[in-house]
Amino acid sequence: MLQAVALSCMRGERRLFVDVNVTVEPGTLLTVVGENGSGKTSFLRILTSLLSPEAGAVLWQGQDIRQLKEQYYAQLTYIGHLNGVKDDLTPVENLMASAGLTGDHHSNPLVQDALESVGLKRMVHRLPTKVLSQGQRRRVALARLWLSTHPLWLLDEPFTSLDTASTALVTERLQSHLRGGGLAVVVTHQEVALPSDVIQRLRLNG
Amino acid sequence: MTRPGMWDALCGVVRRDLLLAMRRRSDAAMPVFFLVIVASLFPLGVGPEPAVLRTIGPGVLWVAALLACLLSLGRVFTADYLDGVLEQMVLIAQPLPVLVVGKVFAHWVIAGVPVVLLSPLLGMQFGLDGEAVAVLALSLLLGTPTLSMIGTIGAALVLGVRGSGLLVALLVLPLYVPVLIFGAGAVASSLAGVGAEANLSLLGACLVLSLFFAPWATAAALRIALE
Repeated sequence: MLQAVALSCMRGERRLFVDVNVTVEPGTLLTVVGENGSGKTSFLRILTSLLSPEAGAVLWQGQDIRQLKEQYYAQLTYIGHLNGVKDDLTPVENLMASAGLTGDHHSNPLVQDALESVGLKRMVHRLPTKVLSQGQRRRVALARLWLSTHPLWLLDEPFTSLDTASTALVTERLQSHLRGGGLAVVVTHQEVALPSDVIQRLRLNG
Repeated sequence: MTRPGMWDALCGVVRRDLLLAMRRRSDAAMPVFFLVIVASLFPLGVGPEPAVLRTIGPGVLWVAALLACLLSLGRVFTADYLDGVLEQMVLIAQPLPVLVVGKVFAHWVIAGVPVVLLSPLLGMQFGLDGEAVAVLALSLLLGTPTLSMIGTIGAALVLGVRGSGLLVALLVLPLYVPVLIFGAGAVASSLAGVGAEANLSLLGACLVLSLFFAPWATAAALRIALE
């Protein structure tokens, strides 16, 4: 269970949001919506602990994430608005490298399966990522979701530059994650096509 | 205290950085080219007098090695910062200082080891004798990892700042001065027949000290840069 307790965020002189309280239960999804500049990304970065809130705390299973640190990171898969993908490496190398960091040793076929699940054909697996399109690069980043076994997913605009078919694939993956008892927080402008009983919506007003 | 996966994560960082350097060989080789060019131009500028070259040799080679290291510092974290890989590195279940050690080691292998390996050849260009050449290589072997360690603190501190190249130089050069003095001093004292042990021990001490403190300082600076 992930809880945000009385979160406030200041960026420079500007107050982005004050006193946000929200609880995400296992098996549910929180979508964060709001205008541009309303602090959606900042909210998500506070949930990852990359950013410190002005006031308030984020609790994971009742404990402050700033105390849990690495124990919390072990539960977390974060995909930010930056892809975290190296342009000079191929999609397969990128996924192997990021899996190597988390200590999961994925075999080559497993990584290729993940890439195919997100709609990247075998043809592009061996190309440097820099020659791929924006949407394909986004899909390389999102393929990490198919390899992730972590219960908490924090996604920043996962559907940007994706076509409808890939959006559907990612939504499907989100659904199976939630069915397995996972949690997710998604910052998005689009509606997520999931049953309304698992979705909670948080609107931030800048 | 080792946790499962810590070693894997360290090796993962090193492997990825070396692979990236292989993909961009010309970028990675630039500091070494710089060193060779500087070391080759000095005898041309100063003149071929063997006694003069032997006197300035250790200092020139050490300054060139130091600047070569400085030249490559900008690349240590910038690319990772811009493409979001740094965020991912901070958010994995291993302590950040461990990953920093991996980054520094990779930087040293790319920018430091070639300098150490080339130094005997460059030393001979300046007419250093066998023993002085050996001391030069040894002093660089002890000194270049220290330069990488200290340099990454600076590189992490100026991450995301405009004109960061000059700022890194300003930040780390004062910290490089002791390494430079002990390094060049080791070779000079060996040439003077005094023995280089004292200077080499001091270089070793600098290395141990920077190994101990730099990863923590760099990790703290990276977290600040990501906020």
